Amino acid sequence: MSTQETMQPLMKTPLYDVHVQSGASIVDFNGWLMPIQYEGIIAEHNAVRKSVGIFDICHMGVIEVNGPDALRFCQYAITNDAGKLTDGKALYTPLCNKNGGIVDDVLLYRFGKERYAFVVNASNIPKDTAWLKGLLKGFQAEVADASPRTGIIAVQGPNSLPLMEDLYGRAVETLQYYSFVETEICGGPCVLSRTGYTGEMGFELYFPREKAAEIWALIMDKGKRYGIRPIGLGARDTLRLEMGFSLYGHEIDDTTTPLEAGLSWTVCLDKEDFVGKKPLLEQKKSGLPRKLVAFRMLDRSIPRAGNPVRNMGKVIGKVTSGSYSPSLSVGIGMAYVDSLYAVANSQIAVNIRGKDSFAEVVKPPFYHKKAAAKAKK
Amino acid sequence: MKTPAELQYAKSHEWMKVEGKNARIGITDFAQHELTDVVFVELPKIGKEVKAGGQAAVIESVKTAVDVYSPVSGKIVEVNGGLENDPGTLNRDPYGTGWMFVVQMAKPEEAGALMAAADYEKLTSGK
Repeated sequence: MSTQETMQPLMKTPLYDVHVQSGASIVDFNGWLMPIQYEGIIAEHNAVRKSVGIFDICHMGVIEVNGPDALRFCQYAITNDAGKLTDGKALYTPLCNKNGGIVDDVLLYRFGKERYAFVVNASNIPKDTAWLKGLLKGFQAEVADASPRTGIIAVQGPNSLPLMEDLYGRAVETLQYYSFVETEICGGPCVLSRTGYTGEMGFELYFPREKAAEIWALIMDKGKRYGIRPIGLGARDTLRLEMGFSLYGHEIDDTTTPLEAGLSWTVCLDKEDFVGKKPLLEQKKSGLPRKLVAFRMLDRSIPRAGNPVRNMGKVIGKVTSGSYSPSLSVGIGMAYVDSLYAVANSQIAVNIRGKDSFAEVVKPPFYHKKAAAKAKK
Repeated sequence: MKTPAELQYAKSHEWMKVEGKNARIGITDFAQHELTDVVFVELPKIGKEVKAGGQAAVIESVKTAVDVYSPVSGKIVEVNGGLENDPGTLNRDPYGTGWMFVVQMAKPEEAGALMAAADYEKLTSGK
């Protein structure tokens, strides 16, 4: 097992013992001891695409923003338009730094006019908390890290709907994508949110952290008839990659802008001042030097993060994520390339283990539900 | 983790079974578990000369790609072509139908450098 340079003790979610008892392989993920797989990445991946899977995402963070200026503050901190939110709605957005680089990509939940919450990446909890607190000047609002008292479980896959209906009744069906309700589970409060990181019908549940094991057991039990399985980080990664979703630290970080990362739909350049607005406006005007592209291999090779991308022998970019796609049975990946080459349907060469293999630039997502259903017929 | 007592083990997580002048080689249960699902295997060509500790094959899993080393020097005399059609065999049965290749040993004494099952278990138990 890798030793941590920082000598920080590795952290465990409240479900760690449950994972070990289920026979999971445990890895160090950004300082968290997390299950990478239970029975196997492909079986878990397919379970989410075809039935339902449950994920421990208690390592992720929740940062609350409360106060009379909560909305104005959120608008200043994010690139997307918080003004679009009504109570019970959430949106996906980057938080940018002063250079337009991405501090984190987050979900912003609106609970009320003066009550919002960010859901942030595990690796960024301390950074985001400090960053947001640093932006508070001039706003009547408070920023508080609620991560230590919050537990999060994701339930994803087509059968997550009947499963949640068994728990909460038929009304669940009317819960729109990126909407949530404040409800209860196991005798305690629960935020039931129709969100996820898999591209499937799915839900994320937020609740008091100490309830995690009880809630996990309840959902596993109720999910038995729907074929529920626990899903590790391995399949979480292949599922998100097939959708072309960015992963912080891979496609996006403090040095990449949302425009380069193909996230311009999350950047509202015509709203009032927000952190990163000026450099993003400038970049939009002057053009993007590089762009994130999705690509699928044309042979049996499998791209990996860090592989150089080449054209006519010249390096034109670098792979940010690469994997075997369990749904498509082919190597897929994402890469930053010189904008000149970011053209759908064109070919690029990915240098894998010292050898150039050809790939086709495609428009994400890689995986289309309808096409997959048709192919089965 | 299974570690059959009748096999010998390399630090790089291959197992080896001596069969007369030949040695049958594959990857350990520990290795297949660490790799995650194997999706592609590149086997050596029959007749290829390999050196002890030299690269002989490549395994691609969902998560990563690794080289497989031959624990002994010699000539490749047999490969498990079935793995190309069903690479998952390496996960399901690493010590049986998931064997990878057979080396006709040039220096049979090299086998003495390998570990017994108990030592290999010790090596991997801390991980």
